[in-house]
Amino acid sequence: MNDFDLVRKNLFRRKLRAVLMIVSILIAFMIFGVLAGFYRAFTAGEDAAAADRMITVNKINFTQPMPIAYFTRVRAVEGVRQVTFANWFGGYYQDPKNFIMALAIEPNTYFDVYRSEFEVPPEQLQAFMRDRGSAVVGESLAQKWGWKIGDRIPLNSNIFSQKSGGHTWDLTIAGIVKGKAEHVDTNFLLFQYPYFDETRSFGKDTIGWMILQTTSPENNDRVAKAIDAMFANSTAETSTDTEKAFGKAFAAQFGNIALIVLLVVGAAFVTILMIVGNTMALSIRERTREIGVLKTLGFSGPRILGMVLGESVLLALLGGIPGLAIAALIAMALRNSLANVVPGFAVSPAIALQGLALMIALGLITGIIPALNAMRLKIATALGRG
Amino acid sequence: MTAEHPMVRLTGVAKRFTKGKETISIFDHLDLAIPRGDFIAVMGPSGSGKTTLLNLLGGIDRADAGEIAVADQRIDGLSEGELAAWRAANVGFIFQFYNLMPMLTAAQNVELPLLLTKLRSKERAERVHTALSVVGLADRIKHRPREMSGGQQQRVAIARAIVSDPNLLLCDEPTGDLDRQSADEILTILQLLNGELGKTIVMVTHDPAAANYAKRVLHLDKGRFVERELAA
Repeated sequence: MNDFDLVRKNLFRRKLRAVLMIVSILIAFMIFGVLAGFYRAFTAGEDAAAADRMITVNKINFTQPMPIAYFTRVRAVEGVRQVTFANWFGGYYQDPKNFIMALAIEPNTYFDVYRSEFEVPPEQLQAFMRDRGSAVVGESLAQKWGWKIGDRIPLNSNIFSQKSGGHTWDLTIAGIVKGKAEHVDTNFLLFQYPYFDETRSFGKDTIGWMILQTTSPENNDRVAKAIDAMFANSTAETSTDTEKAFGKAFAAQFGNIALIVLLVVGAAFVTILMIVGNTMALSIRERTREIGVLKTLGFSGPRILGMVLGESVLLALLGGIPGLAIAALIAMALRNSLANVVPGFAVSPAIALQGLALMIALGLITGIIPALNAMRLKIATALGRG
Repeated sequence: MTAEHPMVRLTGVAKRFTKGKETISIFDHLDLAIPRGDFIAVMGPSGSGKTTLLNLLGGIDRADAGEIAVADQRIDGLSEGELAAWRAANVGFIFQFYNLMPMLTAAQNVELPLLLTKLRSKERAERVHTALSVVGLADRIKHRPREMSGGQQQRVAIARAIVSDPNLLLCDEPTGDLDRQSADEILTILQLLNGELGKTIVMVTHDPAAANYAKRVLHLDKGRFVERELAA
């Protein structure tokens, strides 16, 4: 037997109470794991943003188009290494419920700008550039629908229509895009802007946004000002910002996700804090005499303090670790179905570490007052011998 | 140990309690010397200070004045931490209501004081077995307190008190919650510990029959001792 055995046996001396506390902590950490995973996935774009990449959009908002002529003019701005553009397509496959993140892109430059994130085998990229009616699809999307190279995909748009009146673009898959890192989302389809622009019934010669790469992040500010000044007082003024800031602003449209997560997790934790803290205090009060006996036997105050804190931390770990594990299973189960909304939804190692730190903090906070009381307890008082 | 070097020596000890605005003096300049190997029963009316005396001897309460020495070591000036270490090494306590940990087995209860030592697990197990054998419970090592009678629980408490081989045993009404037969068994064990193993025992009791097992009876009244010798 050792101190840990004592801590463990004390924790489970009232099994039902211990199990109920563990379950309540488990639920709190399950909520934490799921929401933290959701938040991480939702803001992954911000984290993945390259420091030297910037986005130029219509100043009104990013849903408003800009003339394609801007592309050529931005290329000429000093400090711009490369620029490409994309247009939102509003795609779906077979049924409007099957949303497809589809973009019409500038085929010659797009993968140069995103070369640190994506890779396409050279022969597939060449095939894509040769065939104006082709598309490349991200690995995740291809796996989801079982698509392979050579498949012909009828891609529908809920925004655009063809000059012929139809809403369907038939595209041949020329390549599969892989992410260069695990966190890179590949749940998308890209096809050639020239083909899209030729065939659509409205909005000709306009683009959605430009993605530019500067020669150095130090030039970002100057380049942004130069671009926006260039189009000032035009019919389509621009707003240029870093990719990270753009991602943040985009996410902010859905509300302050961080605040929502914080409030929900905070409410769960404050509730658990009160329940566990109160129960721990009650549990230690019930053991006043036994603590007095331990002290009589020679257990020092600090050692008693450590044992009570150990008990509350053990309790938090026994609830928290399974809670995070269940959150991870939930994230795995929902990962595919939420791929379009929050790609990369998972309980990451970083979240697990945060959770572990939270468990220890929860244990220490709920245990500290009973532990201090136990440490300070006078033996004569504890034994009713005063 | 000679009369100049008693096992326990109290010199001019004073102890007062405050209840509200009233201060009650339990002892005022109390002197006491207990030779090594003695077995003393302390009797007296309720509130006479018997338990307070045990608390002071065991270092679980502090005197307001005077000196307390056990085996020539002054304990009245020790810090809380030093007192805890001193208790672990020098004193065994036996309580009226046994005060065993309900979730631990008999062996685990007895092992508790040894967790404060540097003994290895195997050595601790050997000592636990020996202590439980001394009190006749070697066959009950895996029983929990609720699975034992009051007398057996008190024997486990005695084993816990002696497992670290202290020289001084302090017993507070050790038979107060037991029937006559169990009480006699416990008192016989205490006599054995005193006679065979040389433990110095101070036992507080209300029971004259229990006091008869001691070598001496000290009557505590109004903060002073009145001694009466018993046949050994």
